[in-house]
Amino acid sequence: MNTKKKLNVRSLLRDNNVTILFIVLCIGAYFASGTTLNFLLPELFTRIGRNTFMVLSLLIPVVAGLGLNFGIVIGAASAQIAIFLVLLMGVKGLPGLLLCVVICTPLAIFFGYLIGRLFNSMKGTEMIGGLVAGYFSDGLYQLLFLFVLGGIIPIANKTLMISTGVGVKNTMKLGDKAGLKYALDNIPMINILDVLFWGGLVASALILLYRLLKKQPLGIGRILKFFVPVAAVYALSFIPVVGRFLGTNRLLLLNAIELGALVAVIVSVIKIIKMKAIDKKAGLPKKEIMGIVIAALAYGATYIPPLFSAFSVVKLPVMTYVCIAGLVIFTSWFLNTKLGQEMRTVGQNRAVANSAGINVDRVRIIAMIMSTVLASYGQLISLQNIGTVATYGSHQQVGLYAIAALLVGGASVQQANAKQAVLGVVLFHTLFILSPVAGKQLLGNAMIGEYFRVFVAYGVIALSLAMHAWSKLMKGKEAAAKAEAAEAKS
Amino acid sequence: MAQVKKAIDKFGLPRIIILVFFFVLIITAGVLNMNVPALLGDVIRRWGMYGILVLAMVPGIQCGIGPNFGVTIGISGGLLGALISIELRDKGFFENFSHNATLDAFMGIFVALLLALIFASVFGILYGMLLNRVKGSEMTVSTYVGFSVVALFNILWLVLPFRSKTSIWPLAGDGLRNTISLEADYKEVFNNFLGFKIGGIYIPTGLLLIFFLACFCVWLFLRSRNGIMMSAAGANPVYAKAAGINVDKMRILGTTLSTALGGIGIVMYAQSFGFLQLYNATQMMGFSCVASVLIGGASINRASIINVLIGTFLFQGILAVALPVANMLLPEGQLSEILRIIISNGIILYALSKSKGGTR
Amino acid sequence: MEDKYVLQMENISKKYGETAVLKNVSLNVKPGEIYALIGENGAGKSTLMNILFGMSVIHSTGGYDGKVTIDGQEVNFTSPNDAMKAGIGMVHQEFMLIPGFTVTENIKVGRELTKPGLASKVFGKSLERLDWEKMEGEAQEALDAIGMDIDRHVKVAGLPVGYMQFVEIAREIDKKNIKLLVFDEPTAVLTESEAQRLLSVMKLIAAKGIAIIFITHRLDEIMEVADTMTILRDGEWVETKAIKDTDVVEIAQLMVGRKIEKLVDDDEKPEGLESAPVAVEIRDFRVDMPGEKVKGVDLDIRQGEIFGIGGLAGQGKIGIPNGIMGLFPATGTVTIFGSQINFGKLGDALHKEVAFVSEDRRGVGLLLDESIEDNIVFNTMTVKKEFLKNYAFMKLKDGRRVRSHAQEMINLFDIRCTGSLQKVGSLSGGNQQKVCLAGALTLNPKLLIVSEPTRGIDIGAKKLIMEHLVKLRKEQGLTIIMVSSELVELRSICDRIAIISDGRLSKILSPDAPDADFGLAMSAVRTEGGA
Repeated sequence: MNTKKKLNVRSLLRDNNVTILFIVLCIGAYFASGTTLNFLLPELFTRIGRNTFMVLSLLIPVVAGLGLNFGIVIGAASAQIAIFLVLLMGVKGLPGLLLCVVICTPLAIFFGYLIGRLFNSMKGTEMIGGLVAGYFSDGLYQLLFLFVLGGIIPIANKTLMISTGVGVKNTMKLGDKAGLKYALDNIPMINILDVLFWGGLVASALILLYRLLKKQPLGIGRILKFFVPVAAVYALSFIPVVGRFLGTNRLLLLNAIELGALVAVIVSVIKIIKMKAIDKKAGLPKKEIMGIVIAALAYGATYIPPLFSAFSVVKLPVMTYVCIAGLVIFTSWFLNTKLGQEMRTVGQNRAVANSAGINVDRVRIIAMIMSTVLASYGQLISLQNIGTVATYGSHQQVGLYAIAALLVGGASVQQANAKQAVLGVVLFHTLFILSPVAGKQLLGNAMIGEYFRVFVAYGVIALSLAMHAWSKLMKGKEAAAKAEAAEAKS
Repeated sequence: MAQVKKAIDKFGLPRIIILVFFFVLIITAGVLNMNVPALLGDVIRRWGMYGILVLAMVPGIQCGIGPNFGVTIGISGGLLGALISIELRDKGFFENFSHNATLDAFMGIFVALLLALIFASVFGILYGMLLNRVKGSEMTVSTYVGFSVVALFNILWLVLPFRSKTSIWPLAGDGLRNTISLEADYKEVFNNFLGFKIGGIYIPTGLLLIFFLACFCVWLFLRSRNGIMMSAAGANPVYAKAAGINVDKMRILGTTLSTALGGIGIVMYAQSFGFLQLYNATQMMGFSCVASVLIGGASINRASIINVLIGTFLFQGILAVALPVANMLLPEGQLSEILRIIISNGIILYALSKSKGGTR
Repeated sequence: MEDKYVLQMENISKKYGETAVLKNVSLNVKPGEIYALIGENGAGKSTLMNILFGMSVIHSTGGYDGKVTIDGQEVNFTSPNDAMKAGIGMVHQEFMLIPGFTVTENIKVGRELTKPGLASKVFGKSLERLDWEKMEGEAQEALDAIGMDIDRHVKVAGLPVGYMQFVEIAREIDKKNIKLLVFDEPTAVLTESEAQRLLSVMKLIAAKGIAIIFITHRLDEIMEVADTMTILRDGEWVETKAIKDTDVVEIAQLMVGRKIEKLVDDDEKPEGLESAPVAVEIRDFRVDMPGEKVKGVDLDIRQGEIFGIGGLAGQGKIGIPNGIMGLFPATGTVTIFGSQINFGKLGDALHKEVAFVSEDRRGVGLLLDESIEDNIVFNTMTVKKEFLKNYAFMKLKDGRRVRSHAQEMINLFDIRCTGSLQKVGSLSGGNQQKVCLAGALTLNPKLLIVSEPTRGIDIGAKKLIMEHLVKLRKEQGLTIIMVSSELVELRSICDRIAIISDGRLSKILSPDAPDADFGLAMSAVRTEGGA
């Protein structure tokens, strides 16, 4: 028993070596930099909001066996094309952002399809292919923005174009007059609630009507389960204090933790009551009690002075975080659909998938399209928060940093999940923020820290690719040894 | 008609496009009344300048590791050697030769080449050992190992204790400069060696001689027993094993040769260019080298000296001619750079999709 | 009358190019019947099954002649999917399973059960949610049906090898419309007890009314479970009989068949072979070659002998030469002319003057992108350091000597080519084989091992190569080991023939031994005196 446990600890350490190394690095860099949480946390949560969506867009190709999608750069580029067009049309605010989505979706679908086709012709070398395809498309993108726009297609817009009229300026500003900055971040909570409430109402009505017409069971219970809490919160918003609170678009991290703890406790209690009173199950509801304890601990942590002061300066853009949570839920839902299962099958073994009647090439193309589209949304989210687009640079390093972050979270070429994505973003960007400061403190040179983080990003990818290749090579030998052992037994 | 199609297939559509494009550019330059001989001189100079770097691809491809995207490792080693040579001059190491400027410069570059060879070879052995553990995924791994090594050297350029005034920023303390002039060292020593002009075209004889000599050495090596064994290990590892050849050792040999040529190549490049470029300048050089040899007709499994000669000439030719021509047509710069990105990555994509067209 | 058969294949013929691989073969399989399909390698069993499953290899080579009917309805499948839909399933020799999936997921792969949701109504069926509860239930049913007690939540990677086969079977059984199951050598990788279990599962399935086509070389298994058997030989139908009307000896004899024609006239056997010194001594030889495992073989081969090694594919005969040459890990001792081969040292056999012509011509035997002359001298150049010139510190290829030697070999073997610089990849199979042989002889060996020398080459080249082997022995006294699946060839030139079965020596036979002896030896039926 004891030895087994020891082994588990060892394998836990081995399987998560990159993650553990990063935790150590982050802690080291934090103390070396001599900075405070009040500096780190706001910066960190801004970056989480900017980057998590993009990292999540990498999950589906990994599941479908296409490895790490270095081609998300192309998704990011299509987002920037959309932004340029919207700036040109001068549509502002949320409508402008929505128009960006409308424009970049078909673009990303088209590009995703092309990448998928390309990858189908180079099975086994998708990753290097994706990387090169990214560079290639960057060349075409530069050609478009530097020469075609203004050079071939006349564009009379002084703010966007270089003074000669040929080529787009180095930066496109989304703030001020353009009105796209924070277009998503600035959506007040009350509006989100409105949409949820009314949208939910209409959808529920339609579903009920459909089921009534088709003479199917109505399933009102499930609909109510979703609708009642939403309606309850909606009703609460009519209380002036709550209404005012919900009228803002930023949520203090402190409040977010308090609210989260409260909701967790309420949900757990309801579950326990249901278990005990309605289902009359025996035994302790371990999971729920754990939930309450964790919620209590998190709430308690806010009373520690340095944490309290740090939590009170972090302002979360609510809608952005809602989008990220939505994508997490969508991904897990999607992987449980028939198509999702087909993707998993293709990812595990193309030959088996083929003989089970799955159209392997088609599934792979769909995976690439989804990833590219999601990546383009990720870039929109990121850019609306930053507020300026570096026309010729914003998209270039997107693939590098997103992939490095995912790998830092413990993912590999063959398996990745949302948990790893989020953990990876937190760790990677902590180091990203801290390393120049630590470099300055330790060696008196901020550049060292900056180069160090670039080195870390490349190094993590190189390490993880090498380990993947090595284990693939070893697996072949292991299988032979296993067969040998089985043989010997007989 | 079918025969024409077959011939095109064999030669490769992208190669035809590039060839046609090159001639179109030359003709355009002529029509625009530009100085065509000067342009051609520039093409030849760049041919010799990039040649050895591209040549580094051959042993790599032949020994079975594929196009060596990680040649940047050798390049970094070469830069280290070149920097030490400058430092040695600063320390008065070459004082005995200072009575003759040419001899002095030659001593400088020979020391640089020797050190480059040593550093790059050591790196190459380690790198080869790594690549033996990742068989089948060499291209992806080598690309990222190359990138990481460049990033690592970026840190080293900041912290290594170089003191020479030519190398470090004037306001000391912040490490090495981005570009280091070789004016006082060995700028263009080979370019000017026996150089002459013919029909307005300047021929950098020394540079070309060294390039051809390197090609000849590699060609000889490929015909030697070891070279033949190495090529067989790359072409068909099982065959090589059946013939009693240690495939892993051959791969290390090829990788080391490739990396070492990378180290020598960057020194030759720098003497022709007149500057050492540090930091991220070398990051994408591996891609250009891979693209050149592919343009020359190599595949990701097989390459020859001819591929290097043709590929480098065409690729550098286009880049050299395109820039001035584009500047005449369009006032904006950068077109040449964009062209480089599109051509080099396009040809790599084409080669990748040709090599493994899986149906399943 | 007609619909009493679940499957009828009538007068099936198939040609690959000019060579006919199936000639007027017919099968009639009744529901609930276990139908054994017997034949040597290359008898046409797999081609017949490829036709049944509509594999693309059939259609891309011009289709087939004849008629296939299922339940009385004529069909012409163009993809395995069609066959699947029509209720035909296959249990593969190599498992078509996903190790990272659970048993349930594997059983339901590609046929997952779903329940509709909001998204699927808008975007189509492929976005329906998986119905895990129902899938688990049906998977369990399938497992119960074959009497397997496997936890359906376990990942397949964690199962013992013997169980994986049953997961495959459960997956086929789970297909609701399944009528006919093909078992392709299912017991090859199983232990004795697992194989026994499989046979009883087969009976269980047949009892449910599902027909089974059972392809195996183990005649005792056929005697145990099959109802009817059909024997194919060289693409021709030989016999169909009820098992109760026949016995092992008859089946073995029919399988091998009497083939009168001798490929080579080789009447004069050398004198005194029995007393010649032992050239090759093999003791407790084991080779870990996937798919051709050798599990302990002892052999003595005499100097000047042409020694044949035969047996069915996958039984380990190919493993013997590959083990000797050090291509796969081997244990035991192999002594060649008194010196023992060190398996740990790469290429040791080559240095002990053994030359090898591999069965995998294109994969192992040749560098396809290189010229004929380079292929011929390659081994001699690297192993014996011949055909080299010294220049200062380098050993370079001596182009002139290579050219003249290659020309000699081209003439000797009548290699049809445009010149010694032609790439071997563009030669025909027969000429490639001649290049391989020329390369081996250039080494000037004391022992020549040829593995499947006639595989996939035309009759003329075949004859030339065999004649040359005989001549080499006669003129140079060369010791030759010939490994082949073609009994006829072995019997026309070999002095003795060892039959390998299940990785072990089954029997050493004289070329004149009766057919039934060969058949029984190959089919691993343990008769008295067998290994």
